[in-house]
Order: sequence, then C-alpha cells, then structure tokens
Amino acid sequence: MIRFDQVYKRYANGREALSGLSFSIGDGEMAFLTGHSGAGKSSILKLIALIERPTRGQVFVGNQNTSGIKPRGIPQFRRQLGMVFQDHKLLHDRPVGDNVALPLIIAGYPKREVDKRVRAALDQVGLLGKEKSRPLELSTGEQQRVGIARAVVGKPQLLIADEPTGNLDPDLALETMQLFKRFNDVGVTVVIATHDVHLIDRFAARRIFLADGRVVPPAGGAGEAR
Amino acid sequence: MKLEAWLARHAQTLVGSLGRIVQHPVGAVSTMAVIGVALALPLLLDVFLQNSDAATANWNQAFDISVYLDKKAASSRAPALAKQLRARPDVAAVRIITAEEALAQFRAASGFGAALDALSDNPLPDTLVVTPALSASTPDGTLTLKQAVASLADVQTVQIDTDWVNRLYALLDILRRIVWLTAGLLGVGVILVVGNTIRLDILNRRAEIEVMKLVGATDGFARRPFLYSAVWYGLGGGVMAWGLVALAVALMSGPIDHLASLYGSQFHLRGLRFAQGMAVLGGSVALSWLGSWLAATRHIRGIEPT
Repeated sequence: MIRFDQVYKRYANGREALSGLSFSIGDGEMAFLTGHSGAGKSSILKLIALIERPTRGQVFVGNQNTSGIKPRGIPQFRRQLGMVFQDHKLLHDRPVGDNVALPLIIAGYPKREVDKRVRAALDQVGLLGKEKSRPLELSTGEQQRVGIARAVVGKPQLLIADEPTGNLDPDLALETMQLFKRFNDVGVTVVIATHDVHLIDRFAARRIFLADGRVVPPAGGAGEAR
Repeated sequence: MKLEAWLARHAQTLVGSLGRIVQHPVGAVSTMAVIGVALALPLLLDVFLQNSDAATANWNQAFDISVYLDKKAASSRAPALAKQLRARPDVAAVRIITAEEALAQFRAASGFGAALDALSDNPLPDTLVVTPALSASTPDGTLTLKQAVASLADVQTVQIDTDWVNRLYALLDILRRIVWLTAGLLGVGVILVVGNTIRLDILNRRAEIEVMKLVGATDGFARRPFLYSAVWYGLGGGVMAWGLVALAVALMSGPIDHLASLYGSQFHLRGLRFAQGMAVLGGSVALSWLGSWLAATRHIRGIEPT
C-alpha cells in the first residue's frame, strides 16, 4: 500500500527531516511510526498525503507513484485516504454532522447517501445522535472521534493519523487506538504516528522506529519489531 | 456527480453564504453600500442624459426654418410654396408672413417708423416659417430639409439657427462619453472593492479552507461559497444603486416639473424603467462575481495545508 524509496526531505529552512528513508507497508497492515519529536514521523505522513513533496526519492501510495500526481490531481488523490490529526481540524462553526459529511459533499454524493453514511460513521465511533452538536460542545475525546468519523466516512482503504492520542488521557487514548484497530480488522490499512511507546506496546501491530530521518533498530532489538 | 445533487449543493451554498452575511451584516452591508454608491453615480448621469434627450425632443419649434422668397416673385408664390412644403412628410407646419405683415411688425417693433416711411417701397420679402416634423428635428434632418427648401424656385435665402442646437448635441455627446468613462472606472472600482472584501473573507477562513483541501476539496469547491457571497453583495449593491437613483429622481422631480411648467412644457422627470433597473441588478451581480472570482482564484490557490 505504501512504499518509500530512498526518500530525502529537506525543508526550506534547511532542516533535513528525512535522510534516505526506505520502508514499505502492505495492504491491510497496521503500523505505528514512532520516535522522538523531529525524527520524521510527521514528514512521512505529509508526504503520503501530498501535503509535502520529497526532495529526492519516490513515494508510492496504493501502487501509484506520487511524483506523477500533478497539483490538480491532489484533491482526487486525497479523497482516497482518511486523515486524522492531533488537533482534530474540525470546522467549529458547523455541527458535527456537517463536519463528518464534508468529504462526501466535496466528492459530490447525493444527500440521501451522505446522510446514511454520516450516520453509519458516527455510529462506528459511538457518536450517533450527536449530529446537531457543535464540536466545541463535545469533550476532546469526542472531538477526536468526530475527526475519525470524518476520516472513515468515505470508506478509504488507507487511514493515516498524526499523534491522534496526543491530547487524550490514557483511557481515552487506549479507546481511540482500539477504534483504529477495529478499522484495521475490517481490512483498512492504518498508519499512526505516535511517540507513546507504552500505549502501542498493548497492540500487536508493526512498529517502525525513526531517528534522524531514518528507520533504526529499536533499543536493543532488530530494525523493526512486531 | 448527478445533476440533481449538483444543483442541490449549489442551492445549499447559495443559502449558506446568505446565512453567513446575515450573521456578519456590518461588513457585508458596507460592501453593498460602496457598490451602491459607485453604481449610482453613472446611473444618475445616465438618467440625466435620457431626460435631456426626452426634453430636446420637445424643442422642435426651436428648429423653425425661415424661408425668404425672392422679392421679384409674384405674391401668389408664397401660398403655393407653403402648400408644396406642407405636403412633405418632414414638415409639420408652414406659416406665411407676407411682406406687408412683416413690415407692419417691424414698424411696430423697431421704432424706425419715420425712416421706413421714407422708403419708396417695402424692402421686406414674403417669408415662410417652416416647422419640421418631429422625426426631422435632428441636425441631419433639418439640414436635409433646409437644402430641399433652398433648391425650390423663387426661394432667395433659407435661414436656420442650428448652431446652438448643434452645440447642445455636442455637449450631450461629451456627457454620454463621461457617463461611459465613469461607469467604466467605477465598475473597475466595484470589482476591486469586492475583490478586497473577498480577500479578507478568505484570510479569515484560512483554517477552514485548509481543512477542506485536506479532505479533498478542489480550489473550485473552496471558491464556490465566496462566489455566492459576491452574488449577494452585488444584488444588495444593485438594489441600493437603484434605490439611490429613485430617491434622487424623487427629490429632483418637483423642482424640475415646476421649471418645465414655467416654460409651458409638459416635461416630466423620468427615473429608471423596470427593465433598466433589472439590468442594473444584473450588471452589479456580474461585476461583483468577477471581482470575487479574481480574488478567490488567486488567494485560494495560495492556501495549502501544512
């Protein structure tokens, strides 16, 4: 599903976030990207979502070489993946239902289909009945689940999340991770960037350790751990 | 995308952008007011011109042509020529002033009675005063008529005081240009004002646009609400312009009717007709939409999620 091939990423300020990074994640796999801040976790997700482009090297997503996607093709590309953010990135002036419906409206689904799918997605994250609430009326954990519902409402084959549990207490963080695991159980490829190593120890999922923009062996182990 | 869903989305965006304006009315209303005032100025000039055209159409007697007959012509020629001229479609009326009548008038008006008595015979010719038909009351029409009359037998001189009329028409032509120039400049002004308002709207909603782009919105999708906001700005501005013109006409019409009545004229000041008002609304919406399109296309392209 995802393949990084000798990818370098240097930002305009001269910082090199990725230095010859190579790895791949198969279809239906669940993987945690982990490492200290600045290790390159977020950069990887931004390259997958075409928010950034690699300085050198190639990034494949769903067997597609992303370097071949022109700017005008980016919206269509992003509709095939679900994205979850640490700060949720919800529209606070619109009710929860509209937030979740946004990707479908953008993609031009008819209203009946939109309503049906929005209810299904909210049901999956345990927020059915909250359609009319404003995001700020909800707790942080609930807001994060609205963000997840929005990411999955288009039934993407790939779900990426950047520190989705960063603002949550341990119980909520665990629940949120379990939610991602459930989507993975039904075949969705899930890639989660997180620095919370204690939390991910509780999941039988692949871990990719990053340091200084490269994949590194975990402390006292092989390059990757399962 | 199905047409039905597409139409539904557009309708929703249209109503949604109106809702946003209702929630933040101060900025929107001031934008509309700027559009309204900017459009009202050329419209008022245009209304003035339309009324000038209507008024000058009533001044056809000012174009009267004086036809002086040859003094050697028989006195029967004047009625014959008058009859001949009355038959022309571009002639409304012909009045005959015989040489005797002219002399009597001149004697009474000039005070040269004694000097005139010294003359052995009447120095004045028979005269025809020709009033052109309404359709011929233009500089070109009168000139054609003048030439036609001059070529008739026994006509000595044809006099017509068209100079001031020509000056008036030239002045109106200049005013007409000024209307177009002001309309053009202020139209560009409307585009810039709406563009600037939309630019600020976009900056205020930057985060929202980033989120939309993250979940797959095209620039066109993100731009749509701003285009519809501009439609409302244009509509509001057009209504204000129409209203301002109607107000100005209402304020002017009393004094102008009074002035016209002093000249014995039935002239009545006329405002924008309904079709013209609708054209103002359409033009206002079009200018506003264009301003928004230019600003939104440019600034939305610059917003990318980071």
